[in-house]
Amino acid sequence: MHPNLQALLVFVQNWWVELVSGVVIVAVVPLITGYLVLMERKLMADMQARLGPMRVGPHGLLQPIADAVKLLIKEDIIPDNADRFVFWLAPVVSMTAALTAMGAIAFGPSFLVARDINVGLLFVIGVSSLGLFGIVLGGWASNSHYSIMGALRSTAQLVSYETAAGLALVSGLLLAGTLKIRAIVQMQESLGVWFVFLAPVAFFIYVVASIAETNRAPFDLPEAESELVAGYMTEYSGFRWACYFLGEYANMIVVGAVATTLFLGGWLRPFPNVHWMNWLDVLPALSIAAVGAYCVYRAGKQPARVQVWFMWGVALACLATALILAAPLYGPLSFLQPGLHGAFWFLLKISAYIYLFMWLRFTLPRYRFDQLMHLGWYILIPLAIVNVLAVGVAMILETEYGWNRWLALVVTTAFTLAAALFLLRLNDKRSATASSAAPPEEPTTEDSYAG
Amino acid sequence: MLDKVIFFFFAGVAILSAGLMVTRRNAIHSAVFLITTLMATAGIFLQLRAEFIFIAQIILYVGGIMVLFIFVIMLVRLDVALHQIQFSRQKWVALLVTVALALEVGVMLWSSRKVPGQGFLLPNAVPAAGLPANTEALADSLFKAYLLPFEIVSVLLLVAMVGAVVMAKKRT
Repeated sequence: MHPNLQALLVFVQNWWVELVSGVVIVAVVPLITGYLVLMERKLMADMQARLGPMRVGPHGLLQPIADAVKLLIKEDIIPDNADRFVFWLAPVVSMTAALTAMGAIAFGPSFLVARDINVGLLFVIGVSSLGLFGIVLGGWASNSHYSIMGALRSTAQLVSYETAAGLALVSGLLLAGTLKIRAIVQMQESLGVWFVFLAPVAFFIYVVASIAETNRAPFDLPEAESELVAGYMTEYSGFRWACYFLGEYANMIVVGAVATTLFLGGWLRPFPNVHWMNWLDVLPALSIAAVGAYCVYRAGKQPARVQVWFMWGVALACLATALILAAPLYGPLSFLQPGLHGAFWFLLKISAYIYLFMWLRFTLPRYRFDQLMHLGWYILIPLAIVNVLAVGVAMILETEYGWNRWLALVVTTAFTLAAALFLLRLNDKRSATASSAAPPEEPTTEDSYAG
Repeated sequence: MLDKVIFFFFAGVAILSAGLMVTRRNAIHSAVFLITTLMATAGIFLQLRAEFIFIAQIILYVGGIMVLFIFVIMLVRLDVALHQIQFSRQKWVALLVTVALALEVGVMLWSSRKVPGQGFLLPNAVPAAGLPANTEALADSLFKAYLLPFEIVSVLLLVAMVGAVVMAKKRT
């Protein structure tokens, strides 16, 4: 055999898992994104006492497919004076960054997309932050005022909040002592506690900063409809627009995965080391089976025959999934448990995180841009620095001076919260003096991006 | 074989986009090609199994510095800059310096070609399992062997940062 061909064969043999999972990411994430959008619309409808999409498929279950087809066949418009090369490049960068970042995420102890690289968590946040270039370049290339305003706002916002998010992650990483994704979760398993309980303030900072990083309400200033039409996406249509959308939602999944891995125990079930809680292992199969049963119940109430059939299909799919999830409970098949149930809990936690994002979006009004910058620079970043110190002190108290872990935690968290109160008070005082002393027409530094 | 393919791919991309970076007239295009060069260099770091340097290159240079570059370029009026002469007129001096530098590097590589461990050589890749963990090794050398220089550098950077803030602050 030709040596080059042999080398290629060896390559495929060594790396086929990674190659296949790369293809799976590119194929599956758009589908998940579509259904996330459907979920968001349904939730919004529910919170506003409406029905949401109901026409395409039973309860709008086929709406994402219809939307995708619509976006694909829509006319692709490039503005006359746009910079065509950068205009073409920007959405691709945005999407690629988010999809690549997914490569290092571990969905279970034995099931992760790429190999467990030594800098796993840094890889995820570093690569996903490259999506910013898509936004900036797209806004610039569109040659439109709304777009460039959106891009400038987005840059300022992301650069500010990335710092806070990074410092919050440092607090968690201090506890983990490693950057490897799998080792972080294994550390939480061996300690028997999720890091969200050991560093609650860090988790809170990360939640706020990750909402800002994914450009979602209440921090969706870069695409505020009432001010900027659609921000950096104003001039985009059709498939390019879909690329941006895909990147944005994939980014939500990525920040959800990072938060889950570092703070929420990754693929661990609640109380992983407590034996009398083992009945929780039935929960994955049971909950999916319940969804399937509900679908069976709803199937009888569908108006058209096609919709009845489709509902039955969904029900059968759910029941099949439940059966697969129940398989590890049967003795000889229990080797499947870490993989299957790990993936279930991991995805459940990510979904809860994304649900939180959507819930906040429907309940909170949008911030003003200077308020956003103040929150980032005057409160979140100092608080994150204080919190890193506090977590470090707590660890030293525990290991060097033999304090009880929870006592150390309570003392340092109280200290951090006192710092937070002090910062808030300081900020109130500052804004009070600023609004009384400064004439309103004098723009502050942050206001120059405010549009 | 595969190692060489990957290396020449990244090296080619780096050199090509470095050339394009210098020759583009549009500053944003130059920035895009500079980003490509930096990413390709990061790829070479990764191939050398220096994961931490790889990700530090991406986070610091691509994700940090280049974002600020583009931010500044967008605030500058590009259409004015496009009408100005962009290339300096010292091209003969520049050519001379370039040729001298290239000669120097070439002579160095040529003269040390027989010395083992130096010169232009393509060593065989070490299996990844045989190397110590990259991040830990870096941390060890930074916080144990070179603790004092590290601290001095961080204080220096802090001073520079405070100085920049003071200079940028509005004088009231």
